[in-house]
Amino acid sequence: MADVIVFAISAVIVIGGAIGVIVNPKPVHAALSLVASFFGVAVLFVLQEAHFLALVQVVVYGGAIVVLFLFVIMLLGVDRSEDISAEPLVNQRPAAFAAGGMLLLMILGGLFLSGPSGERGAVAITGQSSLTAPLDAPGSTESGEPDSNVVQLARDLFTRQLFAFEATALLLTIATVGAVVLVRNMGGEDLVVDEPGTAQR
Amino acid sequence: MEVTQTWYLVLSAVLFTIGTIGLLTRRNPLVMFMCVELMLNAVNLSFVSFSKALNDIAGQTAVFFVLVVAAAEVVVGLSLVVALLRRRPAATADDMAQLRG
Repeated sequence: MADVIVFAISAVIVIGGAIGVIVNPKPVHAALSLVASFFGVAVLFVLQEAHFLALVQVVVYGGAIVVLFLFVIMLLGVDRSEDISAEPLVNQRPAAFAAGGMLLLMILGGLFLSGPSGERGAVAITGQSSLTAPLDAPGSTESGEPDSNVVQLARDLFTRQLFAFEATALLLTIATVGAVVLVRNMGGEDLVVDEPGTAQR
Repeated sequence: MEVTQTWYLVLSAVLFTIGTIGLLTRRNPLVMFMCVELMLNAVNLSFVSFSKALNDIAGQTAVFFVLVVAAAEVVVGLSLVVALLRRRPAATADDMAQLRG
């Protein structure tokens, strides 16, 4: 029963934060709503015994990525309110809601209507009915208890996924170099400020 | 009453849909990036719930790689946004053509 309460509270935080991201006119407020949503997801990770990922979710997403967003907003002074009542294209907003609604119906339809005879919901996809079985790796400790989440994740990461793990190092290096190249002021051209005063706001 | 995997998958679907609607309606490139992050989080949530349901740690390993790729994507994407907004502070996603060399 306790996990139902925890799930309900964090689901409200996740959905509320996500709605806050898309309805707040100011980017700073949207970024702070994003933090709330990330924290809710981290709580749901803990609830599913993914402890390491919950930690990383808070540190990397709630910490690094949102701080990066806030850095860009503060550095460039672009925290202007967006006029979210204006539609750039005719009927863009109804079309977006229609597309989103259809996407949701499609996912829920796949979840609840597909699958072999009589099996509905997640069981239709995973093909298993044991939804609360604990994760235990073959190399359990001598005490008979399954390894902790971090040990299991590390074993998978550094054995089966070692090459992919090494490739991520290359990916991060390329991303860093790409960022440096992109923000470099090419050719020393003068920066054009199309509306004076907006940069100081 | 018990929290089953279906609950997580429904929540993940709703979160993904909210991210999609935000991406389609907002025009500020920063907020559009945040909506992409929401969609990535929705997928992470369903990965973790499948990992638990199937009793297989590989789902959580996939989430780890999604995190790394998301970090790289945010770095490159935000530097594109910086390059755009330095030229036009009032730029929207429609002004990305400004970056044409």
